[in-house]
Amino acid sequence: MDTAGEHPPIIEMHGVAVGALRDFQAVVLEGLSWKVHAGDFWVIAGMHNTGKSDLLAMTAGLMPPQGGTYHLFGNEMPIFEGHLLAERLRLGLVFDGGRLFHDLTVRQNIALPLQYHEKFPPAESARRVDAALQLMELTDWTESTPGNLGRNLQKRVGLARALVLQPEVLLLDNPLGGLDFRQSAWWLNLMDQLWKGHPFLEGRRVTLVATAEDLRPWRRHATHFALLQNKRFTFLGRESELSGNTDVLVKELLAEPPPGS
Amino acid sequence: MDDGSTRAYEAPQARFILHAPAPPAYANFIGRKVLRLLLTIQGIGAFTLITLAVVFTKLRNAREVTFPQIVRELSRSGVRMLPMFLFMSLALGLVVIGQAVSWLSRVNATGFLGSIMVLVVVRELGPLLTALLVLSRSGTANVIELGTSRALGEIEALEALGIDPIHYLVLPRVVGMALSVFSLTVYFIICSLVSGYLWAFLRDVPLQPGDYFRELAHSLTWLDFAILAVKSCLFGVAIAVITCYHGLAQPLRLEEVSRATVGAIAQSVIACVILDAIFVLVYLAI
Repeated sequence: MDTAGEHPPIIEMHGVAVGALRDFQAVVLEGLSWKVHAGDFWVIAGMHNTGKSDLLAMTAGLMPPQGGTYHLFGNEMPIFEGHLLAERLRLGLVFDGGRLFHDLTVRQNIALPLQYHEKFPPAESARRVDAALQLMELTDWTESTPGNLGRNLQKRVGLARALVLQPEVLLLDNPLGGLDFRQSAWWLNLMDQLWKGHPFLEGRRVTLVATAEDLRPWRRHATHFALLQNKRFTFLGRESELSGNTDVLVKELLAEPPPGS
Repeated sequence: MDDGSTRAYEAPQARFILHAPAPPAYANFIGRKVLRLLLTIQGIGAFTLITLAVVFTKLRNAREVTFPQIVRELSRSGVRMLPMFLFMSLALGLVVIGQAVSWLSRVNATGFLGSIMVLVVVRELGPLLTALLVLSRSGTANVIELGTSRALGEIEALEALGIDPIHYLVLPRVVGMALSVFSLTVYFIICSLVSGYLWAFLRDVPLQPGDYFRELAHSLTWLDFAILAVKSCLFGVAIAVITCYHGLAQPLRLEEVSRATVGAIAQSVIACVILDAIFVLVYLAI
């Protein structure tokens, strides 16, 4: 699954087997070889329970690979050493649904990683949290707790919480899941801006990897597409190559009638 | 994600025993119970060592985040429990100590009053009852809060942000609960002794306040204060570690939180009683 690029790979996996986050005995993906270069915008599609979330969790270092080798920015994962934590934080993960801390307010949720890592002085941290709240259009909910927010807003808080640490790579688990057309458009627009360089990140481009259960919204946005099916990771190619793909599931994900039907 | 990762003490290869079908023979049943006990001891032991390592190495890290958490725990397990403790200590004073004072004066044995009060209230009932009351209120809250967080995936979210869950969630509870149990024990003992005398006074027991407190002061040694401090703090640490272990250690589903809570409370009570027995041996040895 190599995609040639002028940049060195940020994520590099060889023969990786991915376990399930909630069941260490299970293997959800096998023989995964994958390279992500700086500036890529990947969308990994698959049906429910095909291991999309587990793949992102392993990529983010939440569990070790069950087999094979995985390097992030040249460091073998998972990273346990405290002095390499900064390397791991160059990658951010946005969970499906946000997975917000239910006893903290929206502002506290976003501020927590900044305060914990003491990356900036308190005033600068507060300014960055305010900027994130504005970017996510969350200024009316700063003192609300997650239980009072709808799914869309919870997802936005989760994104803001990941972005305040200014990651170079952002993994997004099913960001458009459960959103209506208008909210999906808002997310896709922001993804585009982050990928091209958003002022919130001082114009620095972010490498994006998103998972999806529907490829249609992503066709005009992502640069690389892949499919998870039968415990396998299949590189589908770039946007222009999608239409020519004859796989039945790919046709379904593109909402095109399967061949012969 | 660092040494304090919640996955460091999980032993999935061994834990199949917890989910295996019912054994066919009684001997197997006993064997499985013993294995479960050993696995639990192993898990709590490993979790305790990891927690202590984090307490000693990271106490001063990220103080902007952890110190407010410690204050919150002190408030929850300490200050807010004071009214309940005052009531319970008054009740203990009236029911137990008042009667003891009354009976000792009837048989002219008030000379033993100080020794009995120190033995019963300061060394045994005070710390143990305090620990059990803190366990019943804050310990259960710990398991439910952490178990729910674990079931909802918030612990993974912490790890993804590079936040050590042991440092952020367990350390404040351990420090806060140790200090809370110690402070509440002191209040509990003082209030019990005073209310016990008040009860005896109301029953017209011929004992002057000065004599009563002089007896107590003569019976107390520096060792009582030292062991009281160590014991009550250890009760707090044991309750915090065991309840946090059950909330965090295993991948939980929401429906498993109540079962984890029951297990945590039972094991915390056992741990406190075992600790208490160890301190009895220490007293006897000294």
